[in-house]
Amino acid sequence: MQVHKYDVVIVGAGGAGMRAAIESGQRARTAVLTKLYPTRSHTGAAQGGMCAALANVEEDNWEWHTFDTIKGGDYLVDQDAAEVMAKEAIDAVLDLEKMGLPFNRTPEGRIDQRRFGGHTRDHGKAPVRRACYAADRTGHMILQTLYQNCVKHNVEFYNEYYVLDLLLVEEDAVREDGTPYKQKRVAGVVSYDLASGELHVFQAKSVVFASGGAGKVFKTTSNAHTLTGDGMGIAFRRGIPLEDMEFFQFHPTGLAGLGILLTEGARGEGAILRNSEGERFMERYAPTIKDLAPRDIVARAMANEVREGRGCGPNKDYVLLDLTHLEPEHIEAKLPDITEFARTYLGVEPFTEPVPVFPTAHYAMGGIPTNISTEVLQDNDTVVPGLFAAGEVACVSVHGSNRLGTNSLLDINVFGKRAGIAAAEYSKTADFVELPEDPEAQTRGMLNGLLSGTGTERVAQIRKELQDTMDANMQVFRTKESLEQVLSDIASFEERYKNVVVQDKGRRFNLDLLEAVELGFLLDMAKVMTVGALHREESRGGHYREDFPDRDDEKFMKHSMAYKDSSVTTESSAESVAGIRLETKPVVFTRYEPMERKY
Amino acid sequence: MTSEMAEPASKIELPAGVGGGGEIPTFNITLRVRRYNPEVSEEAAWEDHQLTMYGTDRVLDALHKVKWEIDGSLSFRRSCAHGICGSDAMRINGRNRLACKTLLKDLDTSKPITVEPIKGLPVEKDLIVDMEPFFQSFREVMPFLISKGHEPTKERLQSIEDRERFDDTTKCILCAACTSSCPVFWTDGQYFGPAAIVNAHRFIFDSRDDAGDMRLEILNDKEGVWRCRTTFNCSEACPRGIQVTQAIAEVKQAILARKI
Repeated sequence: MQVHKYDVVIVGAGGAGMRAAIESGQRARTAVLTKLYPTRSHTGAAQGGMCAALANVEEDNWEWHTFDTIKGGDYLVDQDAAEVMAKEAIDAVLDLEKMGLPFNRTPEGRIDQRRFGGHTRDHGKAPVRRACYAADRTGHMILQTLYQNCVKHNVEFYNEYYVLDLLLVEEDAVREDGTPYKQKRVAGVVSYDLASGELHVFQAKSVVFASGGAGKVFKTTSNAHTLTGDGMGIAFRRGIPLEDMEFFQFHPTGLAGLGILLTEGARGEGAILRNSEGERFMERYAPTIKDLAPRDIVARAMANEVREGRGCGPNKDYVLLDLTHLEPEHIEAKLPDITEFARTYLGVEPFTEPVPVFPTAHYAMGGIPTNISTEVLQDNDTVVPGLFAAGEVACVSVHGSNRLGTNSLLDINVFGKRAGIAAAEYSKTADFVELPEDPEAQTRGMLNGLLSGTGTERVAQIRKELQDTMDANMQVFRTKESLEQVLSDIASFEERYKNVVVQDKGRRFNLDLLEAVELGFLLDMAKVMTVGALHREESRGGHYREDFPDRDDEKFMKHSMAYKDSSVTTESSAESVAGIRLETKPVVFTRYEPMERKY
Repeated sequence: MTSEMAEPASKIELPAGVGGGGEIPTFNITLRVRRYNPEVSEEAAWEDHQLTMYGTDRVLDALHKVKWEIDGSLSFRRSCAHGICGSDAMRINGRNRLACKTLLKDLDTSKPITVEPIKGLPVEKDLIVDMEPFFQSFREVMPFLISKGHEPTKERLQSIEDRERFDDTTKCILCAACTSSCPVFWTDGQYFGPAAIVNAHRFIFDSRDDAGDMRLEILNDKEGVWRCRTTFNCSEACPRGIQVTQAIAEVKQAILARKI
């Protein structure tokens, strides 16, 4: 085992991690640990744009953007956080331009802007052109630009270092009102070097989690194979709660059967959805902004069309994204990548044929709870000194129960920057926390257990069955029965997981071993999401319960907070699920009263 | 150019058989993979697997089938699985391609499909190579915007034409398919290689950048652009369709123009 010491350790090298690194690296000794190479991160798959009220092409202001974000999130958004994001969006875009990002331009040479779902003029009057973009590869350009600037600033990367544990210590402390509690403090992380199979302990004053999402709990997903919820899982196992995990976004336009993302920017540029009758069905579901309604509404409408028999294709299981009325030159200029995806993977020519699409699991609204300064919370309001989180792994919460398109690229830039600055500043005044004895013991035990197992269960088989049940029962439509089915399935997977076989016993590039570790995180995350969904007996944003089809502000206008708690058993109460304790946290309101959400 | 256009029709007659699909055919393939694991043997060897695959499957799906159902020790990098992250460049039937972007049905399935690591970089295990020399060349061309003078309060202005000038080379995903297809790179590991030149081009021709001369100087080195023999392997290999050879030619011309 090797021990490294840094002021700041950043876990993850996607948009949030590298945006943090650019700030932190110039202020404090910083290391970035990533399970991939930085430019492989899934930020690069984001396509459509990044919203900011620049008002370059039409009237706009950041207050409208704040409102849209809050309404889009079905009022579960913390309004102070949404304000911060919408306000700082403008500088976030200008920062990227100054770093070299090649945005598309207006005839005047300014950053061009396009329409996107749920982004409107004057509180819902009409779609507004707010998304700054670079063709349909905005995420790619952001990832490359941030990496380029990390190279410029000599940021230190540890590539293919899988972070597998978070080192926290607990101290006795007393609250202002005199009640005693355990204060967590961060000491560092434990990571596994893929090339050598060695464990490396990184002691750090500040740790920033920026490790992305957990989309691989689902079968049909736009997410990369490597998005297995490691960061959320590590924090959860060490007693950090996870907030609002039942809210998972299904992006309306995944390539049918494959889940590969086709940007909402296509609809921003004029594409529309049609059912098997050729009908533009979104006119019925969202009469004002139609195909540019927020993603939860469009995804649900699509699934409903299919359910009511108006799906297309031999199995009537998808709808169509129609671009055929747009000029081919326009499509080629604004949407070159997604049209190529349709050609490559489905053999469909989007200039002349509509493209088969269906909702695809896309984004975790929930995650590690933080305040607007990106400090991680160990309960509703106690900060863990030195521990920060930003991007999809975190829940600020700026997305509430449904994220608006483009707000994730914005989130990683605004809160990635905040995290980098905050982590570096904290490290200047703080001391190192002493490493616990045998810091890597738990990780070593887990890896040795998997390597020496004599079981017969295949990782890929359990993962496939998990993804199948999540797609069937935890997707766009949910019921008590479907969710209980998932939980009983997961219980059996957990048993089988103990009996899993890792065939590769070597030390070099043992991805077989890592896939087994990742499955452990996937099982934990699927369970937390499903427990949250079962508990939330209402429908809000991305979470739709057929048995509770209405939003219930009285009972559920609050965040859910899931804690790992081994003292909870199925006997604890009627609703309890072994190992998880659910609590709630109030939503922060500033100036927007909850209203019925119509578009 | 704005995108204002007439509202599309509320209802249309869909053409017959639209989005057709129908039954997805299955077929059998032989996947022939180059295996190497120095923990087991210093020798690399071919290994064959007979697999039944589906019409929409890619080479990556075949590799996963082996790894997930037959032999977990088969090692390769992959992440996004749709041609964006650049993890899974490999040599497929002798050509550099991304495994996640190569549909099996587009290959000749009557013969074994060969998969081996990209050439010119040290092999670590099976299809995994050491990417460090590749990224080192990338870092050496100063792949970041350098601009002199005061920062503007808002964005720098750039005309649509100036933005278009370097659009092609912004598409690079650093997968190394081009560099590891280059015969010069195979024999001379010191050569910067096409990908680094592509990334230099991206800034040299960006109207906002002021360090073009410095980059041209770097690429005028004996291991720079002049090693390029214009074999076009790189352009053929690029999974993003970048005209790599043309970009290198433009850099060469810029160096010459500067000298005059």
